[in-house]
Amino acid sequence: MTTGELTAAPVAPVARVHVPARSLRGDVRAVKIVWQRELIRFSRDRMRIITSLLQPLLFLFVLGSGLSRLASPGTHGVDLRTFVYPGVLAMAVMFTAIFSAASIVWDREFGFLREMLVAPVRRGSIVLGKCFGGATVAGFQGLIVIAIAGLVHVPYAPAMLLEIFALQVLLAFAITAFGVMAAARITQMQSFMALTQMLVMPMFFISGALFPVAALPVWLTVLNRVDPLTYAVDPMRRAVFAHLDISPAARAALDPGVTWFGWRVPGLLEAGVVALLGIVMLAIAIWEFSRAE
Amino acid sequence: MSARTAAAGAPPRPAGSAGGDGRPPAVTVRGLAKRYDEVEAVAGIDFDVIAGETFGFLGPNGAGKSTTIGMLCTLVRPTGGRATVAGHDVVAERDEVRRNIGLVFQDTTLDGYLTAEQNLRLHAELYGVPKSAVPDRMRQVLDMVGLWERRTSRVMTFSGGMKRRLEIARGLLHSPRVLFLDEPTVGLDPQTRSSIWGYIRELKTREDITIFLTTHYMDEAEYCDRIAIMDRGEIIVLDTPEALKASVGRDRVMLGTDDDAAAIAALRDRFGLEATMHEGLVTIAVESGGEFVPRLFADLGVPIKSVSVSRPSLDDVFMSYTGTTIRDAEATSSDRNRTFARMMAR
Repeated sequence: MTTGELTAAPVAPVARVHVPARSLRGDVRAVKIVWQRELIRFSRDRMRIITSLLQPLLFLFVLGSGLSRLASPGTHGVDLRTFVYPGVLAMAVMFTAIFSAASIVWDREFGFLREMLVAPVRRGSIVLGKCFGGATVAGFQGLIVIAIAGLVHVPYAPAMLLEIFALQVLLAFAITAFGVMAAARITQMQSFMALTQMLVMPMFFISGALFPVAALPVWLTVLNRVDPLTYAVDPMRRAVFAHLDISPAARAALDPGVTWFGWRVPGLLEAGVVALLGIVMLAIAIWEFSRAE
Repeated sequence: MSARTAAAGAPPRPAGSAGGDGRPPAVTVRGLAKRYDEVEAVAGIDFDVIAGETFGFLGPNGAGKSTTIGMLCTLVRPTGGRATVAGHDVVAERDEVRRNIGLVFQDTTLDGYLTAEQNLRLHAELYGVPKSAVPDRMRQVLDMVGLWERRTSRVMTFSGGMKRRLEIARGLLHSPRVLFLDEPTVGLDPQTRSSIWGYIRELKTREDITIFLTTHYMDEAEYCDRIAIMDRGEIIVLDTPEALKASVGRDRVMLGTDDDAAAIAALRDRFGLEATMHEGLVTIAVESGGEFVPRLFADLGVPIKSVSVSRPSLDDVFMSYTGTTIRDAEATSSDRNRTFARMMAR
C-alpha cells in the first residue's frame, strides 16, 4: 500500500512553510497550545473527572455526616458539612492541580516532554501553559463542588460564588506551579506521587480545612500558620460564612480567622500570600526547565 | 589496509563533492567532542554533510551516534569543538538551529491521548508555523506518510509503524532544512521497515531537504548517499557505500569445519591467510572466492562441513575497518567473555 503514489498528483507544488524568528507572539502561541492540550486531555479523561471529585465528596458527605452528631455540641447549630464545605472547596482543586502537574512526569516518561522542550520557544512558555492548564482544569472541578453548595445549606450568592471561584483558581495555579517545580527534578512517577502524598495530605489536614484554627495547641498553631494552604482555606471560609445566617457565637467559634500574633490577617493579604508563593514557585519551575539540557 | 589510512586521516572530503551546486554544507562538524565524566562518548570528530544528500551514521550501539545527533540537534551540549546546522552554530544559535531541523527520535514523542491531527497542530503552534499555512501543510505531510485518512484517530490506537510515520510527518511540518532521524526503523518488523524507507525515499523527491540518520542496520546504510562508520566515539571512515565496498574489494569465505582451530592453523601454514572466527565460522578474505574454494577443498586437510562465499557487503566494510562485525561489536562484554571462555576451553 503505497499511498504516496496515490496522492502524488494533488500535492505536487510543495509550498515551503516559512517559520518566523522567535517572538513574543510565538511564545504566546506556545502557552496557548500547551494550555489547550491540557483541556483536551482532561475532557477526554472522564475517569479522572470522576475520581478526583470522589475524595472531596467523601470528606463532605461521609465524614461531614458521620461526625455531625459527635460535633453538634460545638457547632452551635451549624451543620458540620456547612463548616467543612470551604475546606472541601480547596481540596477539590488541590488534587486535580497536583494531577495536572504530575502529567509533566508522564510526559517525560512517554517522551512527549521532549517534543515540547526542543521547540524553538522559551521553556517558560511551556511551563506557563502547563500551569494555566492545571489552573483551568482544577477550576472546572471546583465549579462542580461550588454547584452543590445548596446541599450543605450555603446560599448561591453571586458575589460569594465569584470570590470562591477566584480563590480556587488562584490556589490551583499555585499548586500546579509547585507540582511543575517538583516535576523538574523528579523524573519518576512513583517518587513524584510519594512526594506529593507526603506533602499534600499533611498540608490539607494542618490547613484548618476540617477544624477552626483558633485555640489550637501551640505546635499545631505554628504549623498551621506556616502551611500555605491555610491562606487559601481561610478566605474561602470567610467568604462562605459572610453569607450564612448564624449566631455571633457560632461565627466566633467556627470562623475565628487566621491571626498573626493576635492580628487578624485580612483576606486580601491571605490571597496575596498564596499568589506570591505561586509566582515564586512558577519562577523556580521556569528556571529549572530553562537550564536543563 | 591502505584504504583505512586514506579515508581516516584527513578530515573527510565529500567524495567527488556530490552536491556540486555550490550550496553551503547542511552540517559542518569540527573537532566535536562530548565527554561524560570519565567516558569520552564522542572523541573530536570532523565531517560535512552536503545540502540535499542522505547521510548515514553507521555503527554499533554505544558508538556515539546518538550523542552526536543530540549535539547537532542542540539537545546535548558539546564539551569540545563546534558544529553548524543549516548555517547556524548549535551552541550560540540554538533557536535558529531548532527552527531549521526536524527530529525523529528513537523513542516515540507523540501524545497518545491526542489525535494525529492534534499532535501535528500542537507542533505547528510550538514552531510558529503561520496559521494560514497550517491546514495545507498538514494535509501534505499526512498524505506523504499515508495517514490522512487516520487524522482524527487517537495516536494510542496506532501501530508502531504508523506512529513512526506520523513522527516523520510531524518532523517535516515546519519545512526543516535538515531532518534528523535517530534509528528511524529500530524496533519495527522488516516489512514496516521497508515501508518507512519507501516514505523516506519518496520524501527526497518532494522536498528540498537534507536527511541525517543513524542506523545499525547495514542494509539501511545502502540507501544513503554517503555513510560514516562510527565506532568508539570516532569516525573511522566516510564515503559512498559503493566506494567503501570497492575499498574492501575482497570476497569473504566462511567455513564450517569439524576442527576450527586446525583449519585456522592450516589456512595460515598452507595458504598464508589470517582467518578469524565470526558467528561460529572460520572467516577469511580472498581476492576471488570462486577460484579459492576448489583449492581449499584440495589442500586444507581438515574436513569441511559448509562453505559460503560472499561479495563484499557493508558488513565486510565494517569488519575491515573495525576488525569486527557489527553484531560482535554490539555483544555485551559478558557475551564476549562467554565466547572467549568457550574458545579457550577447546
